[in-house]
Amino acid sequence: MTEEIVIAGFGGQGVLSMGKIMAYSGMMQDMEVSWMPSYGPEMRGGTANVNVILSDERISSPILRSFDTAIILNQQSMDKFEQSVKPGGTLIYDGNGITRHPERKDITIYRIDAAEEASKLKMIKMFNMFVMGGFMKVKPILKTEYVIKGLKKSLPERYHHMIPMNEDAIKRGMDLIKQVQ
Amino acid sequence: MEKELRLMKGNEAVAEAAIRAGADGYFGYPITPQSEILEYLMEANPQVTTGMVVLQAESEVAAINMVYGGAACGKKVMTSSSSPGISLKQEGITYIAGAELPCLIVNVVRGGPGLGTIQPAQSDYFQATKGGGHGDYHLIVLAPSSVQEMADFVELAFDLAFKYRNPTMILSDGAIGQMMEKVWLKPQKKRSEEILPWATTGKPATRERNIITSLDLDPARQEKFNHKLIAKYREIEENEVRFEEFMTEDAEYLFVAYGTSARICQKALQLARDEGIKAGLLRPITLFPYPKKRLNELADTVKGMLAVEMSAGQMVEDVMLSVNGKTRVSHYGRMGGMIPTPEEVLENMKSFIKG
Repeated sequence: MTEEIVIAGFGGQGVLSMGKIMAYSGMMQDMEVSWMPSYGPEMRGGTANVNVILSDERISSPILRSFDTAIILNQQSMDKFEQSVKPGGTLIYDGNGITRHPERKDITIYRIDAAEEASKLKMIKMFNMFVMGGFMKVKPILKTEYVIKGLKKSLPERYHHMIPMNEDAIKRGMDLIKQVQ
Repeated sequence: MEKELRLMKGNEAVAEAAIRAGADGYFGYPITPQSEILEYLMEANPQVTTGMVVLQAESEVAAINMVYGGAACGKKVMTSSSSPGISLKQEGITYIAGAELPCLIVNVVRGGPGLGTIQPAQSDYFQATKGGGHGDYHLIVLAPSSVQEMADFVELAFDLAFKYRNPTMILSDGAIGQMMEKVWLKPQKKRSEEILPWATTGKPATRERNIITSLDLDPARQEKFNHKLIAKYREIEENEVRFEEFMTEDAEYLFVAYGTSARICQKALQLARDEGIKAGLLRPITLFPYPKKRLNELADTVKGMLAVEMSAGQMVEDVMLSVNGKTRVSHYGRMGGMIPTPEEVLENMKSFIKG
C-alpha cells in the first residue's frame, strides 16, 4: 500500500501541519513516511502545499506530480491540482471560497465544508483537523488512536490539553464529509 | 541516550546527528534552505549537554575561518551553508585542504548562478568535486538521498575527515534539507578528549612545535607536498568509493543519479519496469571518490547510461570519463530550482533509448 497525497491551500490554513500530523501518525503506525513542503516565495503569504507519502515500502521519489488523493482548500489550489489526481483517485475539497467546482469525471470527489463548520462551532483553529477527519473517513489508512499518538509526539507538551479538541474535530470531520461524485 | 526514532527535516537531522556524533563545534551563518541547521543547534544548546560550541558568525568567511582554527586544534568542527554561502567559504576550504585538516562542510544546494533561487538544485557538483577553491585539491564528497543519510553521513564524514586529514563535504539539496522522513538517531557519543599529535594545542617540552599552514614558498618542497596530496586522493579512491545499485543485474539501460535525483529515478525505474523496459539505477553515494570502476564494468553490459541531475549537466562528465566511450551516455536535467518528475524522467529515458 502506498498513498500519495497533496494538501494545498492558503498559508495559515494548517496545510503543512496537517501533513505533518499525517506523517507522524503514519510513523506511529510503523509505515514509511515522507513530508515534502513547498518552501518557496509562496510560503511568504500565498498558497502552500505539501506532498505526503504513506507507504508499507521504502519510499522512492518524495516529489510527485500525480497523486492518489488531493486535499484542496482554496480556488488557486483547485486550479493547480485538480488535474494532478490520478485517474480513479480521490479529490477532497472545502467548498468555502470555491467559485469553480471540480469537473473531472474519472475521479471520486468529496466535499467537506470544514471552514463553515469550524467557524460555526468557534473552532477555527481546528479547521485542518475537520479536514483530516474527512480524509480518514474516506481513506481509512490512518487510525484515530495513532493520530492521537502522533499529535502527542509532534505537539509541545503545553498544547497537549488541546488534543481532545483535535479528536472531536476529527470525529466531526468524519460525519461532515460528503461524496459529491 | 538510546537509539531513537524521530520524524525530522534533513537539516534538523544533520544538526542532531552532529551533536550525537560528539562534534566539538559548529560555526555558521543563516541562508535558505539550510537555516534550520543553525536554528536547531541554537535551540538544542548542546553547550550545556555535551559542551559543543554553536556559534553564529558574522559572515560565511568568518565561519569557515573559525572552522579552520578549530580544525587546527584537532577538534571535530563543522559549518553549513547553501550555494552562495559555500562560494564565499571557498578560500577557507582550499586553505583547510592545503593545511590537511579534517572538518565537515554541509552544502544544502539551491539553484544558481549568483543568488539564483532558494529552491533545490544540484548545480554545485563541479564546485564540490573538482575544487571550488584554487589549487590541486579534492574534498571527500558524500551525497545523501534521504533524511536518514543526512543523519548517518555526519558521523561518516567526520570519520573520513579524520582518517585522511581532509575536509569532507555533505552535498545535499533544498529538497532533502526541507523534507521530513523517519530517522533513526544513534546514541550520544562522548566528545573526544584525545589530543592529536599534529594539532596545535601548545608546545610541550617533549616535541618540536607543530606548524599548520598551506604556504610553502619553496617550489620543490611544494611540489613534493602536491604529490603527497595526490597519493592521499588515490588512496581515498582506492578505499572509500560508495554507491548503491538498483536492478542492475539484467539492466539494459542505466540511470545514473545521486541525491534527490536518485530518489526520482527510483520511481522512474519502477515505472519503466512496469512498461517492460529493463532499466537499472546506479546511485553514487561518494561523488569524490566517484564509482568509476563500477560504471566502467556496467558499460560492458548496458546499452546506454542516462545521467539525471538538477543541473545543466555536470556529473554526466564523470559518467563519460568512467565509461571512456564504451557505451552511449546522455544527460537529462532541470535547473533553476525545478525538480524533474518521475514521469518526465521516464519519457527522457524512452527518447534516449530510441537514440
